[in-house]
Amino acid sequence: MKEPLIYELSVTGREGVKPPALDVPESDLPQELLRDDLPLPEVSEVDVIRHFHHLSHKNFSVDSVMYPLGSCTMKYNPKVNEVAARLPGFTGIHPMQDEETVQGALYIMHTLQEDIKAIGGFAGVTLQPAAGAHGELTGVLIMRKYHLDRGDTKRDTILIPDSAHGTNPASSSMSGLHVVQLPSDARGNVDLDELRKVANDRVVGLMLTNPNTLGLFDEHVEEIAEIVHGCGGLLYGDGANMNALMGIMRPGDLGIDVMHFNLHKTFSTPHGGGGPGSGPVGVAEHLVDFLPGPIVTIDPALSEEELPYYTLKMPAKSIGRVKSFWGHFGVIVRAYTYIHMLGTAGLRRAAEHAVLNANYMLSRLRDVYPLPYDRICKHEFVLEGHLPDAPDVHALDIAKRLIDYGVHPPTNYFPLIVHEALMIEPTETESKQAMDYYCDVLLKIAEEAKTDPQLLHDAPHETPVRRLDEVKAARKPHLRYEH
Amino acid sequence: MAIDMQARYLKSHEWARQEEDEIIVGISDHAQEQLGDIVYVELPEVGDEVAQGEAFGSVESVKAASDIYAPVSGVVTAVNEELEDAPELVNQDPYGKGWMIKIEPSDPEEWDALLTPEAYEKVVEEEA
Repeated sequence: MKEPLIYELSVTGREGVKPPALDVPESDLPQELLRDDLPLPEVSEVDVIRHFHHLSHKNFSVDSVMYPLGSCTMKYNPKVNEVAARLPGFTGIHPMQDEETVQGALYIMHTLQEDIKAIGGFAGVTLQPAAGAHGELTGVLIMRKYHLDRGDTKRDTILIPDSAHGTNPASSSMSGLHVVQLPSDARGNVDLDELRKVANDRVVGLMLTNPNTLGLFDEHVEEIAEIVHGCGGLLYGDGANMNALMGIMRPGDLGIDVMHFNLHKTFSTPHGGGGPGSGPVGVAEHLVDFLPGPIVTIDPALSEEELPYYTLKMPAKSIGRVKSFWGHFGVIVRAYTYIHMLGTAGLRRAAEHAVLNANYMLSRLRDVYPLPYDRICKHEFVLEGHLPDAPDVHALDIAKRLIDYGVHPPTNYFPLIVHEALMIEPTETESKQAMDYYCDVLLKIAEEAKTDPQLLHDAPHETPVRRLDEVKAARKPHLRYEH
Repeated sequence: MAIDMQARYLKSHEWARQEEDEIIVGISDHAQEQLGDIVYVELPEVGDEVAQGEAFGSVESVKAASDIYAPVSGVVTAVNEELEDAPELVNQDPYGKGWMIKIEPSDPEEWDALLTPEAYEKVVEEEA
């Protein structure tokens, strides 16, 4: 059933709130601030409750369905994270408070900085960036400042493989740099010959997503680091796919100089509408001074034995602030909780299971859906959503049909280097039963594509609204509610 | 897939046609087919300079956003303003009403480096 907008429930004169009687002298509002029309819905309390209760039931979220949205790492968000983040000691503090009165909160931030350093193999970490792409922007600005600080002013180019995350070129352009795209070779690795051709003294750095958006670990990552460092550039790691590596391999050990982490992916904090995100950035020793601040550090002068005193500091050559106050603190508490509930061994097991799950699903689907890069995958894999015996059926049709079976579609049409891409990332939190159901459904849809393609073209059939006209929505958008 | 035999091409699927002293530029029928329904076209302004092989604008479809590369260097003398309200013209008539910009070329020799229709057809076949 279609849910009306709250404006459509409005009845003139109906009230949901009765304000108390006026107990101060009445005064006129300034004339220039008065308006004749204020189109707010007039509804009762029960109207509001029912309206939003209905909407909440329509939410297609990771708490209700399997949600293998490749590249997004839609793992389950453990509820213990929420318990921790709601503790009054965290919710009742204010960022303007004297640091002496928030030592517990600073302890959490400092510990998370140390945890991320240990997981990534880095010398310094900032928790400030508010999202993954914000972390990228921060990382690129750090690389830029590093070169400028050395007096190397001619570098203006960032190299980005075509298997990288789509935000990488945007972050580089936002930093005023010129982007050169690198092709992939037949195994889905960065094409080393092409890299050698463009690795010169104009290069600020290379942004490597590893595992890349094909879910493949670059087999030449150490050679890439050598070539990039050889021309004086820095190696950036896009940590969005860290879920395949945590506890197994430290990116810093591979020669990655700077990397962002997505707490809302790898470390199980809420995503999408449930955000906000958080994109801490880790750096190697030579970049520590350029980190945005403030960073939580221990002040030895004020510390007592076994009782460190935490303080906020700006690094010496910092690129400055990238976020007001101390980043997304509530998200930091959730990520801290996740890491400490799992512990070192648990983090490694989570990564192992994420990789195992992806390979299990791949092995069940690969004979039916074309697999353009045929390798053992990491935490995700990319199939073609276009079947040889069903030429009129596209990835979008398959994605929409999945909704009828009560599961969330995978990412589609990304990465661009795969035709009609379906990018599947089950994460470690799905059981074999849940993955088997998803595979059974995908195999059934492949049959339907051959026998009844119209069924797929018309999907979804079971949702409150049917297939939306995405083209019309983009070409002729209605951006304001009209009565 | 239609190929305009009067045009020259880039590997990245732009076409260029000589019209008097100007070069008129758009994207190929193959490109519009691959992109699907185009919902937005971002173009430069008249007077802007473009360089061969460098992006001068972008097309957005429901699936993806892609840069459009200049087949030759020069100054933009006209842009197809109709595309602002009717980006679907690129899908309907890529070699005609879906044209994007006109360039006054600065280096006539660049034209010779472009792909002939036959060579472009091979590029598309190899991609498939």
